[in-house]
Amino acid sequence: MRRTAKAAAFLAPALIILGAFTIWPMLSALRLSFTDASGFGEPEFIGLENYIGVFTDPDILNAVTNTALYTVLFTPVAVASALGLALLLNNPRLPFKGFFRTALFVPFVVSFSVAAFAWSYLVDPQVGLLNYWLRGMGIQIGNVLEDPHLAMPMVVLVAVWKLFGFYFVIFLAGLQDIPTSVYEAARMDGAGAWSRFRHVTLPMLSNTMAFVLIFAMIAALQAFDQIYVMTGGGPYGSTQTLVMEIYESGFRKLDIGFASALSYVLLAATLLLSLAQFVFFGRKEKDLA
Amino acid sequence: MRTRLKGLKPSTVLTTIAFLVVTALVLLPIAIIVLTAFKPAAEVNAYPPSLLPDVWTLENLKTVTSELPFARLVGNSFVFAGGVTVFALVFDSLAAYALARLDFTGRRFLLIVIIATLMIPFQATLIPLYQLVADLGWVNTYTGLIAPRAADAFGIFFLRQFFLALPRDIDQAARIDGAGEFRIFRSIVLPNAVPALLTLGLFTFVNNWNDLLWPLVFTTDAEMGTITSGLTQLTGPSGIVPHGVMMAGSLIAILPLVIAFLFIQRRFIENIATTGLK
Repeated sequence: MRRTAKAAAFLAPALIILGAFTIWPMLSALRLSFTDASGFGEPEFIGLENYIGVFTDPDILNAVTNTALYTVLFTPVAVASALGLALLLNNPRLPFKGFFRTALFVPFVVSFSVAAFAWSYLVDPQVGLLNYWLRGMGIQIGNVLEDPHLAMPMVVLVAVWKLFGFYFVIFLAGLQDIPTSVYEAARMDGAGAWSRFRHVTLPMLSNTMAFVLIFAMIAALQAFDQIYVMTGGGPYGSTQTLVMEIYESGFRKLDIGFASALSYVLLAATLLLSLAQFVFFGRKEKDLA
Repeated sequence: MRTRLKGLKPSTVLTTIAFLVVTALVLLPIAIIVLTAFKPAAEVNAYPPSLLPDVWTLENLKTVTSELPFARLVGNSFVFAGGVTVFALVFDSLAAYALARLDFTGRRFLLIVIIATLMIPFQATLIPLYQLVADLGWVNTYTGLIAPRAADAFGIFFLRQFFLALPRDIDQAARIDGAGEFRIFRSIVLPNAVPALLTLGLFTFVNNWNDLLWPLVFTTDAEMGTITSGLTQLTGPSGIVPHGVMMAGSLIAILPLVIAFLFIQRRFIENIATTGLK
């Protein structure tokens, strides 16, 4: 019992803040999701109507598909490039290590909106430098942000650019925690580079990997800022994501009840996917012990 | 340098070249911000486009600083992001200590609740949260901006993972010697967690400095906005702002962060190196 009291003292400030400013609004949103709240007048209880709307609206289906596509494109590309570069940088003989590490992390400190301004200018069909260079190499990308097939990869690219440096630094810290003696032992046993990666690095990085994967996935499911600035969800709704829909129904159409229901659907999807990853990585950790 | 490069294996040379190419591509958008900020309007819209300005000008910076109260906005960003960072580091590390190192009833449940709060999109809580802050009379105040973020689930989870990995024998020994939990936290766990605290501190500062929606919604007074929210006032539906002016504003918005990062990055790497040696 005394232990619980001690723990409570440590937990109190954070729990008060989280309780008042995250959990309470979250529960409020749940209540609103069963109403026709619009910001004007007293919200009326309308049962599951908003949720039925969410599952039957073709725009929402499109946003769900786009969000899934964004997640499937973003997560593996961002995580694999971060891990690959971290493994390469871990080479003790590599020169300019400090410079590369710093330089690759810099995009992470740039806001999504500034990143969106810069990339939009770079790929501008008339005066964009990147567009011009690619044309010089015989690659025509045309007006990327107006192309329904290229707009999505483009906004994903901006997210990879902005976020991979963060995952990269986390992987580097994780790699440094693996004792070199383990690699030496593996090498003595005749393990090649691939086998050392597969049987030493990956299992010993599983904590780090779980952390990075979950955060990359959440970042993908909540994609909003750069899309808002670069395409506004277009062209033809090809970059319209769930959070864009939440923003539009909540703040443009003031359909707060519907937006709240949509948020809860997104929350449920995120929880399920994260839980699946926890179970997967939890089992792996047990296997190692 | 020459002798250092001579001893390199071909694979290391290839890796170095690959890193140079990747780094150049990664830094290109930053270069375009910096260089376009100093380009005259005619060059910004010229075809074919070029990376470097022929003529360097301060025109864009002048235009953008006359459109917005930049000194005030940058100051607000420092107060907001700095305030959030200080409070969140203290409150998050206290909570993370309990979750990683103390045995108590309901620990697992609390952890799940905290992780769950991470997953709700911020947009979903925004309306009830705004009503709450308005009821408290905190709209357009620093308290209103900072308080709701004085602790966050990400920081708690991140520090918990780090605290879990720290060896437990020292605090067991201190406990046997009669040290209280707060002492163990402050003099054993925290000093060993400096790299994690720096990483989280940088992360929190950057995220809040760069945050758009929060300051945009909570500060109806333009004087209380941040540099990031202020910048979007330039793009609004009212019209198209020239690329050069936009890049000048972007440069002002990213400069303090890039400098702060380069400064912390050094200590951050040193700390990883020293804790790695133990």
